[in-house]
Amino acid sequence: MAVILDFAVQGVQMLLVLLLAPLLTGFTRKVKARILSRRGPPLLQPYRDLIRLMRKDAVMAENASWLFRVTPYIVFAATWVAAALIPTFATGLIFSWSADMIAIIAFLASARFFLALAGLDVGTSFGGIGSSREVMIASLAEPAMLMTVFTLALIAGSTQLSTVAATMASGDVGLRVSLGLALIALIMVAIAENARIPVDNPATHLELTMVHEAMVLEYSARHLALIDLAASLKLLLYVSLIACIFVPWSLAPAGAGLAAYAIGLAAYIVKLAAGGFLLAVFETSIAKMRVFRVPQFLGAALMLGLLATLLRFVSGSM
Amino acid sequence: MIALPLICVAVLLSVACLAVAASRSRLASPIVYWACLLVSVAGLGCGLAGLFAAPTPAPTLTLPLGLPWIGAHFRLDALSAFFLAVVNLGTAAASLFAVGYGRHEKAPERVLPFYAAFLAGMNLVVLADDAFTFLVSWEFMSLSSWALVMAHHRERDNVQAGYIYLVMASLGTLALLLAFGLLAGPDGSYSFETIRATHPSAGLAALVLGLVLFGAGSKAGIVPLHVWLPLAHPAAPSHVSALMSGVMTKVAVYGSIRVLFDLLGTPSWWWGMVVLILGGITAVMGVLYALMQHDLKRLLAYHTVENIGIIYIGLGLALAFRANDMALPAALAATAALFHVFNHSVFKSLLFFGAGAVLNATGERDMEKLGGLIHRMPHTALAFLIGCVAISALPPLNGFVSEWLTFQAILLSPEVPQWGLKFTVPAVGALLALSAALAAACFVKAFGVTFLGRARTPVAAGAHETDRFSLAAMFAFAALCLLAGILPGFVIDGLAPAVQGIVGARMPVQTSSPWLSIVPVMESRSSYNGLIVFVFALLTASLSAYVIHRVASNALRRGPPWDCGYPDPTPVTQYSADSFAQPIRRVFGTVVFRAREQVAMPPPVDPRPARLTVQLQDLIYDWLYAPVALGVTFASERLNTLQFLTIRQYLSLVFFALVSLLTVLAIWP
Repeated sequence: MAVILDFAVQGVQMLLVLLLAPLLTGFTRKVKARILSRRGPPLLQPYRDLIRLMRKDAVMAENASWLFRVTPYIVFAATWVAAALIPTFATGLIFSWSADMIAIIAFLASARFFLALAGLDVGTSFGGIGSSREVMIASLAEPAMLMTVFTLALIAGSTQLSTVAATMASGDVGLRVSLGLALIALIMVAIAENARIPVDNPATHLELTMVHEAMVLEYSARHLALIDLAASLKLLLYVSLIACIFVPWSLAPAGAGLAAYAIGLAAYIVKLAAGGFLLAVFETSIAKMRVFRVPQFLGAALMLGLLATLLRFVSGSM
Repeated sequence: MIALPLICVAVLLSVACLAVAASRSRLASPIVYWACLLVSVAGLGCGLAGLFAAPTPAPTLTLPLGLPWIGAHFRLDALSAFFLAVVNLGTAAASLFAVGYGRHEKAPERVLPFYAAFLAGMNLVVLADDAFTFLVSWEFMSLSSWALVMAHHRERDNVQAGYIYLVMASLGTLALLLAFGLLAGPDGSYSFETIRATHPSAGLAALVLGLVLFGAGSKAGIVPLHVWLPLAHPAAPSHVSALMSGVMTKVAVYGSIRVLFDLLGTPSWWWGMVVLILGGITAVMGVLYALMQHDLKRLLAYHTVENIGIIYIGLGLALAFRANDMALPAALAATAALFHVFNHSVFKSLLFFGAGAVLNATGERDMEKLGGLIHRMPHTALAFLIGCVAISALPPLNGFVSEWLTFQAILLSPEVPQWGLKFTVPAVGALLALSAALAAACFVKAFGVTFLGRARTPVAAGAHETDRFSLAAMFAFAALCLLAGILPGFVIDGLAPAVQGIVGARMPVQTSSPWLSIVPVMESRSSYNGLIVFVFALLTASLSAYVIHRVASNALRRGPPWDCGYPDPTPVTQYSADSFAQPIRRVFGTVVFRAREQVAMPPPVDPRPARLTVQLQDLIYDWLYAPVALGVTFASERLNTLQFLTIRQYLSLVFFALVSLLTVLAIWP
């Protein structure tokens, strides 16, 4: 019985992230538009886009291979599995013990690996430019992310996200220099990984500036819907990740009652909204940087992460 | 128990002799490869039996060979058994691959005898139990692989590769010879048993450490001793390249483990630091070099350097933990290193097989002349893709597990007391993370440019799928990548006797943990379950596919790709290997390789094409090897005059040499 309940909670979590992901994207767009004094698209527009894409006939390039067709499913599944591992409203879900933070990073890397391959599959310059820039960004973002994970793992004595969240929520940790550095590094990585301004612009289709959009340029209809949904999921994943580590309050512990879950859920939605709002504010207040400034941006994140880890190695209290 | 692998070696040597006699026959090639396959399977069985049964004391055998008063000692302990299994697994698959691939060999008489001899040499190294047998087997392995590198000796590059390989191999063996000489001491007892019992002084141990890292490290490909590797490995026929990269480097790793963990006594903490730094630099430099290549086999060879770095990082951590008497972390780090030894031998062989199949089908190793092969060679492409995912350390395949274990070992290291290690380990962790991310980029490039896109040349457009034997070898290893990835607990438990042997402790039993999770220390700290993760990912992917096909439109139209309204008929405009690596070259290469890009743009009315020239400098070669080569040339030119002296001058030369030697002896304390 208890196992069935555990699976049910895990299922709710998976459905929740899937359903909330487009809403977060829509919310961020709306806030951005309001800050720019536009009315902006309705909050539910991303859902409508997805449904419309699903209804359309897919158009594929003549020489696209089977890899091009299966990539959207792989990307979506890998991102969804990674998102299922993040504590959103509760920690210690049944599935969370099967993989840790390092595995989550690796799952996102798998998704990116296949997406970059799909960019090269058709053999046009757009796909190539997107793929080659994406792997360049990833080659710095991923180690930066891993160094952040190292810092957190050393503070909490665990790479399990549930344990980390529980440790952070317990209040024993307090304010630490390394934690601050890790937070900044993680936010920088999150911005780069989600193709947000100033690294990339999700709204652009100007050839020379786009990275993520160039990679998926050949996709249409249901394939594009899956990739867009995966991108929204990834944004939600990063916001949830930052939230569960740095604002872990009101997370329901494993096996808590319905009331605790409800509180956790309400808190989670508030955290998401706050995250989306801050992202929108940040994006409107900064200009996009040149592609070859991005390595410096991410190099800084990597150095911050390394510094944080070093501090942990050198002193137990920093 | 020990006799059986030695019988295998004897069979291999007789196969080699037979191959010399019968190499002109058309049947020679299949017979030799089938025989090697059978012997390798037998050897694999011996290795696995030795690993799982792990009898104590380890079986030994002395044969009246070699030096008359010593004899040849052989021993099969758990460590040897593990490496015996790795070697024979690789050689079995390579032989199966070669049954098909070898048919296209133009000069089989230059390959077959040396192939069998090479297999025998690698088996002997891991079985040897005295310094003399070890060195002879080591040199036998080097020379037979050198002959294989020179199999196609009419190509200019191969001759140069063979020459550099020979020089580096000789230097490496020389270093090992000196190391064993120091270990044996003035009494000169060469059996490992006596060496194990005597503990060298700290200074002597440091010297041996340096010599072993030079000797075994140059064979394994540690930066900066790697220069021969990317030249020699691709020059050999592809199944031999797979063996050299996938297996022979592991034999070199075995050599370092045998000396550093077994023969040299209790380690000092700074040994670990030295090995860690070397490993970290090797990992990042190897993958950066690999990213700059456009020759598929050379890219794979450079990438071997990266993986050797990862293995040495694990070994360095194990040394550091062992020096501090931290048994469990040492076991974790050693397990990670040995797991990666196994993994790399599997996926690197698989990738070289794929490169060999491509080479056979198109006659090209240059990625810039390939492309679109996924349509013409679908099975090879699938197997190669699995290898790429595995080597990029992506879940749920095996490469991820060993890197995950290495990361877990790094996370246990803040407890080491030494400040040197406290600063080194996180930096090495960052280097490891960087190399993992760059590896993924490297294999997006390798697979994407070779197999995806549009065919760049007519040969690529007219390629055909490779033969059944080659495909069988590739898919066997692809399946192994998946199995070791989703059931890592079995591999870890299998490695336990070998780990126990080298660090004196083992990881907790993994296969008994619920749901076959792997739990290095305790569950609240870290756990990973490849099986559940794999099933879960499979379920979500199938579920999404099912839902999409029920809900969404299933229609599919084909159209020309979008190219801004100017569809281009030539495949030249697509991204090439060089252009794909351009952003990374610009970020990392400007420092590491002094990369310079120049665009020569003709004035507007001039119809000549614009030209982009890229200059890369191999700083290690320029700063380390070029001066040495220059010095050797200078010295030999000066000494050249000694060849043309008169008899009187020679006599006086001999006289002065004698006098000076006697003087030295007279004043020697």
